[in-house]
Amino acid sequence: MVGPAHFLALSAALFFIGAAGVATRRNIVVIFMSVELMLNAANLAFVAVARGLGTMEGQVIVFFVMTLAAAEAAVGLAVILAMFRNRQTMDAGEISLLKW
Amino acid sequence: MVSAESWLRWIPLLPLLGAVLHVAVGYRVGRRATGVLACSVVGVSFLLALRAFSALVSAPEGAVLADDVYRWIAVAGFNIDVRLVLDSLSVVMCLVITGVGFLIHVYSTGYMAHDDDYARFFAYLNLFTSAMLVLVMADNLVLMFVGWEGVGLCSYLLIGFWYTDTAKASAGKKAFVVNRVGDAAFVLGTFLLFWALAPGASDLGGSSLRFADINAAAPGLSPGLVTAAALLLFVGATGKSAQIPLFVWLPDAMAGPTPVSALIHAATMVTAGVYMVARLNGLFEAAPAAMTVIAWVGAITALMAATVGVVQNDIKKVLAYSTVSQLGYMFMALGVGAFGAAVFHVMTHAFFKGLLFLGAGSVIHALHEEQDIRKMGGLRAKTPVTWATFAVATLAIAGVPGLAGFFSKDAILAATFAGGHYGLWLIGLAGAALTAFYMTRLLRLVFFDSFRGDRERGEQAHESPWSMTVPLIVLAVLSVVGGYLGVPHALGGHDALGSFLAPSVSSAAHAGHALHLSVAVEWLLMLVSTTVVLGSMGFAWKLYAAGPDADVVVRGALGRAWQWMASAWRVDEAYERLVVRPVGRGAEFLWKGVDVGLIDRFADGVAMTAGVLAEIWRRWNSGSVQHYALSLLAGALALVAAVLLGGGG
Repeated sequence: MVGPAHFLALSAALFFIGAAGVATRRNIVVIFMSVELMLNAANLAFVAVARGLGTMEGQVIVFFVMTLAAAEAAVGLAVILAMFRNRQTMDAGEISLLKW
Repeated sequence: MVSAESWLRWIPLLPLLGAVLHVAVGYRVGRRATGVLACSVVGVSFLLALRAFSALVSAPEGAVLADDVYRWIAVAGFNIDVRLVLDSLSVVMCLVITGVGFLIHVYSTGYMAHDDDYARFFAYLNLFTSAMLVLVMADNLVLMFVGWEGVGLCSYLLIGFWYTDTAKASAGKKAFVVNRVGDAAFVLGTFLLFWALAPGASDLGGSSLRFADINAAAPGLSPGLVTAAALLLFVGATGKSAQIPLFVWLPDAMAGPTPVSALIHAATMVTAGVYMVARLNGLFEAAPAAMTVIAWVGAITALMAATVGVVQNDIKKVLAYSTVSQLGYMFMALGVGAFGAAVFHVMTHAFFKGLLFLGAGSVIHALHEEQDIRKMGGLRAKTPVTWATFAVATLAIAGVPGLAGFFSKDAILAATFAGGHYGLWLIGLAGAALTAFYMTRLLRLVFFDSFRGDRERGEQAHESPWSMTVPLIVLAVLSVVGGYLGVPHALGGHDALGSFLAPSVSSAAHAGHALHLSVAVEWLLMLVSTTVVLGSMGFAWKLYAAGPDADVVVRGALGRAWQWMASAWRVDEAYERLVVRPVGRGAEFLWKGVDVGLIDRFADGVAMTAGVLAEIWRRWNSGSVQHYALSLLAGALALVAAVLLGGGG
């Protein structure tokens, strides 16, 4: 029987895969995709818990997160595009302006 | 009997006003106006002092003029007033200060005529006169201390008047620091008297620092306390009046302009200690042990300084050691209770020593700043007035009969003999012989025989302007007639000054056993001292016919002692070793060990720790977005862990 615990375990796994991607990958677009993965891991946790508890709040929040993710994708891709135009690179390691 | 005279305040106020005006407008009104102003304020003060003097002479014995200016300090019934008082003692001092001071001011207008800082000089000189007048007119120890410090300050300022010369500036500093040692003792003595005179710790009602009250109360206090207070005040006097062990500043003080040496370091300021002891005669009389110390310190100083004077070659240094020696005589007189004789010597000394310094200044002026007597000689023809007046002063200080120094010095020697202090008398006599010797040497080397310096300087030598010679002549007259104020009874006189001073300087305890020698003994003493003095003068005269080369003879005769004399008995050296260098080393330890080594190192350590921490911390800011993200993640995980592990709250 598949219960909430399984969903949550999957959600945690997805979250950490995303986090690992953000931390280790160099390509900004891949990092960006990893952030999306983490957001969706959170979505999965929300709906799983909402269903398990039989309430609506978790499901409503998922819509908010999806809206936010869309906005973030629009702004994020614009930033990435601008960055690429200025520096001709997609490597996050080379874009280290916030430096000592 | 006290009569209130509210004009007394103008005696010290006028010179003070002069000083203020010099500072305010001195550089604008020009030299002539500055000089006239400086002289006239002191001159008017002199006239006021004369008025006070005539009032006191015609008043019955023991009369006092007083001027209550205002109440300065009032605490729980304990009052200190700014109250100026003139009695027979202070009026004599006042006349000397303003009279000799006036002459020296006039002389200074000539001597300093070409100095750039003319107005500053007269500002200091007027300020000094004012402070000195406050010192002698004060009616309590605290107000006296104001004047005491004031004259010390002016002395410092005037010694270092040519402050661009480091040696002169540091001579001023030395005078200031050495005087400070004495002043500290003076203050302690004042505190002790304040404490001793207060009836109880919480009741100040009966306490007073007025001289009259101190003198009256002293016999009733415990002897130890009185002796301690007297000795502390005497240490103050040794500082101001250049006695052993604090005399070392006075010879160095000759770095100042010569009129300053005449006014401050011969005629007036250095006698402040003598005046203070005479003022507090009741206190000192009540402390016989302190009196003995004073007498012996004075006698030893008189002899020691005289020996040093014999081997000096700088004209002003000879006179400086001579001053120390003469001040020693005054303290010797104080120590045997002859306060009147001491004040008499203060007065005659002001005349002839002031004259000697002014004469020396005239010589230095004539020879364009030459001070070495070995390079002088034969100035008799070039500077006749200076020569004649200097000769009078030399005879006066040596104690040739008929001149001022003879009467005052003999009054002191007679007093020591009459008191049964034969040892002191002998020391005094030896000092007199040495004084006669070195003064004759000085006179002969400077004015007689042929000129030994650069030919050019010798040819340019000239007599000083009238503004300098007139004060010389007046002081020369005073050096002759000044002594006749105190002709002893044995010579048919009636010691006018002594009886005038008597009400001020004889405490009740002392009046009972006034010492008297028989006429025959007094004649004998005079004969002995005159013989010794004349013999010594004749000896020096013959010896120095050979010029400065005779110093070699003296040196050979003295052997090892000469070395000691030439180095002023190594007192300076001893101070250097025992005080200056240890203090310097201590200061250096505090500087390099404590300040640099400890405090600075601590401060540097704090800064360095912050620096190192910041260095580590800023590495954290790699600039890589991923690092930041990782940090965020770690922080989030830490929060989650805290919630989960912290009791599931």
